[in-house]
Amino acid sequence: MALTQAKLDATEARLAAMDAPAQGAGWLAQARGGAVARLREMGLPGRRDEYWKFTRPDSLIAPEAPRAAVFEIDEAPMFDEFDRLKLVFVDGVFDPDSSDDPSLAGVEIERLSDVADTDIHWARDLYGVLEARGQSPVARPLAALNTGYAKDGFLIRVTGRAERPISLIYRHETDSSDAILHHVVRLEEGAELTLLENGPAAARFNKVLEVDIADGARFNHIRAQGRDHERRAATHIFARLGAESVFKSFTMSVNGVMTRNECVIELTGDDAVAHVAGAAMGDGDFHHDDTVFVTHDAERCESRQVFKKVLRNGAVGVFQGKILVKDGAQKTDGYQISQSLLLDDDSQFLAKPELEIYADDVACSHGSTTGAIDADTLYYLRSRGVPEAEATDLLVLSFLAQAVEEIEDEALREAITARLDAWLARRRG
Amino acid sequence: MAALDKGEDVKEGVDQETVDAVREVGGAYKYGWETDIEMDYAPLGLNPDIVRLISEKNEEPEWMTEWRLSAYERWLQKEEPTWAMVDYPKIDFQNQYYYARPKSMEVKPKSLDEVDPKLLETYEKLGIPLKEQMILAGVEGAEDTAPAEARGAGEGRQGERRVAVDAVFDSVSVGTTFQAELKKAGVIFCSISEAIREHPELVKKYLGSVVPVSDNFYATLNSAVFSDGSFVYVPPGVRCPMELSTYFRINAENTGQFERTLIIADKGAYVSYLEGCTAPKRDETQLHAAVVEIIAEEDAEVKYSTVQNWFPGDEEGKGGIYNFVTKRADCRGDRSKVMWTQVETGSAVTWKYPSCILRGDDSQGEFYSIAITNNWQQADTGTKMVHLGKNTKSRIVSKGISAGQAQNTYRGLVSMHPKAKNGRNYTQCDSLLIGDKCGAHTVPYIEVKNNSARVEHEATTSKVDDDQMFYCRQRGMDEEEAVALVVNGFCREVLQALPMEFAMEAQQLVAISLEGSVG
Repeated sequence: MALTQAKLDATEARLAAMDAPAQGAGWLAQARGGAVARLREMGLPGRRDEYWKFTRPDSLIAPEAPRAAVFEIDEAPMFDEFDRLKLVFVDGVFDPDSSDDPSLAGVEIERLSDVADTDIHWARDLYGVLEARGQSPVARPLAALNTGYAKDGFLIRVTGRAERPISLIYRHETDSSDAILHHVVRLEEGAELTLLENGPAAARFNKVLEVDIADGARFNHIRAQGRDHERRAATHIFARLGAESVFKSFTMSVNGVMTRNECVIELTGDDAVAHVAGAAMGDGDFHHDDTVFVTHDAERCESRQVFKKVLRNGAVGVFQGKILVKDGAQKTDGYQISQSLLLDDDSQFLAKPELEIYADDVACSHGSTTGAIDADTLYYLRSRGVPEAEATDLLVLSFLAQAVEEIEDEALREAITARLDAWLARRRG
Repeated sequence: MAALDKGEDVKEGVDQETVDAVREVGGAYKYGWETDIEMDYAPLGLNPDIVRLISEKNEEPEWMTEWRLSAYERWLQKEEPTWAMVDYPKIDFQNQYYYARPKSMEVKPKSLDEVDPKLLETYEKLGIPLKEQMILAGVEGAEDTAPAEARGAGEGRQGERRVAVDAVFDSVSVGTTFQAELKKAGVIFCSISEAIREHPELVKKYLGSVVPVSDNFYATLNSAVFSDGSFVYVPPGVRCPMELSTYFRINAENTGQFERTLIIADKGAYVSYLEGCTAPKRDETQLHAAVVEIIAEEDAEVKYSTVQNWFPGDEEGKGGIYNFVTKRADCRGDRSKVMWTQVETGSAVTWKYPSCILRGDDSQGEFYSIAITNNWQQADTGTKMVHLGKNTKSRIVSKGISAGQAQNTYRGLVSMHPKAKNGRNYTQCDSLLIGDKCGAHTVPYIEVKNNSARVEHEATTSKVDDDQMFYCRQRGMDEEEAVALVVNGFCREVLQALPMEFAMEAQQLVAISLEGSVG
């Protein structure tokens, strides 16, 4: 379908405001060119797009990033207590001085900008390739924009069992920064990696993470989108899973004026497992959108989506989740739950939990609930001497626990819970 | 069902009874014959003159003609919707007839006695009794006059079964039974064309007030060219003394049917309305684009039941009806209630979302649906529950069953507006796939804008009423059996509310269990 004039204009305006990355003859230049062509064909998202029904894309596509005040952090950095390999970005640019030496046994780590001019690189088969696969049946123009214009990011190839997690830290230091990062992770057969991500990144952050998981490999991903209130983010994960591989991703989001996290998972090998979960707490002008698309294209795969949101003071939570079971993906086990707790009358939860199933021997289910804190439970706690504010927080935490429990590693699970708890306690004063 | 007959594997755990029932329902189409009768057609295609012609044939006043013409103008501006998960060749709106009337209806018969016997035969063959005498005899206990199969199905209910029928044949209403008796109770039940002539004040007040003229492509088209349909007005405090029904029959070739139904239940009124439809077997597809509007004032209650059995196309997917229907109820008054029940077995393509606008405080909307698609059928159906008033409640139970190469989609919206304090919704949609070439899809939209509202959307079989489940499990049933029992029990209740004419069909549907179902 031809693009509307408004869409064409918005797309060209955005592209005109970009400074194009250095063009070259290398594989990366080709991938970028392809992505920009894709983007021009689909146009940037508009308010009338069905896939953006619940989230206004305006601030994410504007030529200039809306300003965001740098947030003063008054607590220990996230994941500080963990032994990890730190890679730090400041406003979307890698900062080697604050980072660890990027060497880890069983893992090759290269900076995107360092390999741009090489003719051959393993990432050639993945960079923008998984993103392009994820453009159908629904267009994800912000991801194509990212592939076309990302200047920085890491290419991580895991051949064994990484002994330490790789931790990507995104610092935000300029109130007008507009960051685009693109990472590619390839896990070879039987490899294992835990990837941690945290930090506000920039006033506006566009990030793509492409993950290719070979047979029998395991990928764990824990992300904390922090307390940085005014930042905006549009992130995409594109994951492709081989046979008997495992993909687990958890995201905690507290605040952030605009967040759109898309997760596109393709189960291409039999017996693969993909779990994706999120716990979000929003206050005030908080708009948080989880958009998940899981495609089952192999037999006996399992997918789980668990998303919980606690909203107050006009916060808006969005969940768009889809399980697509292709013809022949028999014995699929697909599960999806999206729940929200509205703590007051001004908050909203908008959901579209979708199933599209073309195989008959499957067990797919989804559930979605929205409501206030259960008055009886609150009364029970209060009658046992727990003050109302504390009782409410206790119930909020237990509500979010179902999503947090999706994190396999106990220490990480506790770290996330502690953050949620601290956020509530601070708010309580 | 061709696919199953070829020995295709059926998933383990699916009841043979279910398979048989689906085969039976989706199998030989029983109503595929046609009536050989001389017809008057409007010229082929659509333009303002055709709109005027339809208006003229219906002897409509000027304001109605204008209403139609303005709808036609708007329709020209509108685009055909493409968001539904249905796929069909582009419809050529200029290559069909918009009005077809049996020649014998040129002079409107004064009573059913004057109606062309061929038409009466048609309805008799369909099992729709148009002779009051016969029905009354049945009521008075002379059961031998009722057909044997109907007696079996409606056992023990004969005494209470009386159904007034408005029979629509292509573009015209052939006749309406029990009008006199209904009139005594104050109920107006007639064809919409008659209502436009006889009760213009009611029609003017309500027509288009629930489904606005420019609501959507097909509703706008309908507003321009609707030829007939039914009109019901139940005055304040009146409980309609019998069930009302309309039976739609498409007979003419290459002709679209555009019926319009308007049901008004005034304060404290109650009416149960039933709708049935069939069409002959043909290789060419035919368009059916209806609009149904229901208005429920304070304390009023309307039950609307449909057994949709348009010709679904043959086993190769040839022919069938394109059923693009807009049905909406406005629960305008406090404590009003509307219940939609639909059994969707026919049509090649269905695009239908019977909805409730819950405007009045404490108003209630319910939607119960069983949609069965087989062979190459495609159904995209569901409901919208828009909660505007306080303490409004809605309940959605949807069962989709696909077989052959069919695609079955539930699409729904539950919207809790900021002022819908203490709004409640419970939604359950389950799908069952029989065979591995078909598809089942669920596309619910949930929008909650106040925190006293409670919305639950379930597509898991584990969330049938806990107490009932506990009761069954306690007596040794496993979970699946218990769910099937509970849900079947529910279906039975819904299906029994349907008129006797549909009873045999309904009985077959009851056997469908939910075993092996997916969300």
